[in-house]
Amino acid sequence: MKQLKGQSGQERVGVYVCHCGSNIAGVVDVQQVAEWAAERLERRGVVIARDYRFMCSSLGQELIEKDIKELGLTRIVVAACSPHLHEQTFRIACQRAGLNPYLCELVSIREQNSWVHEDKNAATEKAKAIVSGGVERVLWHEPLEPLHVPIHPATLVVGGGIAGIQAALEIADAGFPVYLVEREPSIGGHMAQFDKTFPTLDCAACILTPRMVSVGTHPHITMLTWSEVTDVQGYVGNFTVTVRKKARYIKTDLCTGCGICQEKCPKKVLDEDFEAGLGYRKAIYTPFPQAVPKYPVIDGSNCTYFQKGTCRACEKFCPTGAIDFEQQDELLTLQVGNIILATGFDLLDARRIAQYGYGRLANVFTSLEFERLSNAAGPTDGNIVLRDGVTTPRTVGIIHCAGSRDRNFNNYCSAICCMQSLKFAHLVKERTGATVYNFYIDIRTPAKAYDEFYQRVLEEGTIFVRGRVAEVTDAARLPGEENRLIIQVEDTLAGLQRRIPVDMVILSVSLQPRWDAKEVAKRFGISCSSDGWIIEKHPKLDPIATMTEGVFAVGCAQGPKDIPSSVAQGAAAAARVLARIQQQEIALEPVRASVEESRCSGCRICNNLCPFNAILFHEDRMVSEINAALCQGCGTCVAACPAGAISGTVFSNEQILSQIEGLLLLNQSEPTQAEMVTA
Amino acid sequence: MDELFEPVVIGFTCNWCSYRAADLAGTARIKYPPNIRLIRLMCSGRLDPTFVLKALAGGADGVLISGCHPGECHYLEQNYKVLRRFLLLRRVLTQLGIEPQRVKLVWASAAEGVRLAQEITIMVEEIRALGPLNWPAADTSIRTESPVVSSESLEIKEGIA
Repeated sequence: MKQLKGQSGQERVGVYVCHCGSNIAGVVDVQQVAEWAAERLERRGVVIARDYRFMCSSLGQELIEKDIKELGLTRIVVAACSPHLHEQTFRIACQRAGLNPYLCELVSIREQNSWVHEDKNAATEKAKAIVSGGVERVLWHEPLEPLHVPIHPATLVVGGGIAGIQAALEIADAGFPVYLVEREPSIGGHMAQFDKTFPTLDCAACILTPRMVSVGTHPHITMLTWSEVTDVQGYVGNFTVTVRKKARYIKTDLCTGCGICQEKCPKKVLDEDFEAGLGYRKAIYTPFPQAVPKYPVIDGSNCTYFQKGTCRACEKFCPTGAIDFEQQDELLTLQVGNIILATGFDLLDARRIAQYGYGRLANVFTSLEFERLSNAAGPTDGNIVLRDGVTTPRTVGIIHCAGSRDRNFNNYCSAICCMQSLKFAHLVKERTGATVYNFYIDIRTPAKAYDEFYQRVLEEGTIFVRGRVAEVTDAARLPGEENRLIIQVEDTLAGLQRRIPVDMVILSVSLQPRWDAKEVAKRFGISCSSDGWIIEKHPKLDPIATMTEGVFAVGCAQGPKDIPSSVAQGAAAAARVLARIQQQEIALEPVRASVEESRCSGCRICNNLCPFNAILFHEDRMVSEINAALCQGCGTCVAACPAGAISGTVFSNEQILSQIEGLLLLNQSEPTQAEMVTA
Repeated sequence: MDELFEPVVIGFTCNWCSYRAADLAGTARIKYPPNIRLIRLMCSGRLDPTFVLKALAGGADGVLISGCHPGECHYLEQNYKVLRRFLLLRRVLTQLGIEPQRVKLVWASAAEGVRLAQEITIMVEEIRALGPLNWPAADTSIRTESPVVSSESLEIKEGIA
């Protein structure tokens, strides 16, 4: 440090100790703390120390503003609540009085003192130490300006499910360009696979496909299906994204989507994705008739031509000559200002829940299989039948929480299974008249019109058994159990063990993060919880932003959600992005690290420490440089630099070392030996 | 009878998890001993081992370092870096003849107010049992290093940092 900043005599510090009613004053002798600071920290530059009932009130703020103007204060320390609550309040007060807002320090004597300690003397002494730490620290504060970063008007939306569709449409409707990247051949996501949606039972396709068409035809949306994001560089306002557009083997400018190729293709493939393994598609296919875009893809791993070198039936029959076997993957580079991740969920592999017999017992179905089974456009034309394809079940058991709320699988509640299971119960009853059992732990129907739907299903005569199913087995023990599936369960309301024979079992399987969620999170510079869901910036007050500026996460990518919530989140993220685009720039907190080039030895220790790739090494000058817009301000490089060449604003070495001294009361002048401390 | 020894512990907390855990402990009125004084860092990865040595040299009897659980770092993986530094630092402290238990690393998420309070309570009692650190010349040398006095001492300080 070339210039000494923390010199007393130069800086004039004001200390303000808040009573917070009795929240602080009830335990800490605030008056004593203020008097102590005025007297014993005078040589550290404290000009005035006051205590006041509510510092955050407008009168309290005016007190500070008045002192700044009249006493010429250059630094402010407020001892009150947590900086997470009122730091901004006092910074703005300073700004109003003409003081740079970053010359204010808020230290917590409430959450970290009066609320957690009972010994009044000890708490008062601790409050003095905390104030002292704040005074020492604030002497090293620097006047700072927020960083202004321009925002590129284009937005990348990753994932073409309902959440991503909603976000893309909202932004595009406002007139700004959107790139919608989807890795499957069509947008639509899981919702496109469903038959009915709870609680209103409107058909999923009827409400979804018009939106899909709007996306496909929107002048401001560039749809990139059968594509994946492979690399993300840059920072908020200015991301450079690389997208791999996988070869479709179709010339999309010539293809009319007539479907003749799919009719003529001789190769039938079990459709594990869209039909959940219940139906077949061809090697050249669109996943479903209403797919957007309408162009098919050729699945190279199943296509006879790609595998054996002959066939080319699609090419022969294509009336417009749109088949192109020579097509290669393309890498596209996009410039965007913001990114919305709507990458959705996977289902837990039900085979893992061995006691429920999925994969071993033919007539145990997953929820997604049942969705396809009940879908009028599905493999059975909407007929609810057993695995043999013809027999209608007479008794059906629906098991809630399969793999959810279970410490062996997923600890959390999957949020949608109760309503989904109720919907299944209704559909089975309506279409087959079968006896339906629902096995539940708790019924959770908290959203609008959800509980009414539950009442309706109750009235329809579905039998509800409270208890986690222990086992599904085909080992008949009692008469009437032969050739059926027996559900072994403890009925916790009746207080007895029951064996209930059924023909069909549906597992409401737990939702879980995409198999590659962690990898994707890393690519976009965001983090996942231990469950694997993307972590939002704040679980209540900022549920759609992530800790990385400019990257938002919506829908099931950040946790299990129903359709209304996914749509709401998609729209909310769009609103946030639009606000930024309208502002044309964003102001960022100036908590940043920077390298003093003359002291950098070019050792490159810091280079590998930065998870945001914000440190660039200049080979020619042999020095490292930090990109302020990429830097998130964690300070790890500051701590690691062996030459002390990196400094971090707001949390500099001087600030922290001085605060340590202050907290240890090494700065207080002894009234009797005042001369010991040189001023 | 001897007066009970009251240790001073400096705690380094992460802005995103453990500092918020401390806030939560406050909001929930969970009690813990007043011997700890917390410093907020943006990330536990900001922890320069110099800070710990500075605190111990300046009169602290113990130092608590607290960050997000592994895999939950706000800055992706910086808590692993403090873990490495912590393990090295403990070895250095041992070589300096300081009980390594005086420096402790605790993971605490923003939801773990109770856990943080418990860890603080346990640590204060452990340090109380160890007794005062009495770092040699704790009170005289430090005072001259404060920013008021000389710029040279700061140069050295930064060099170490």
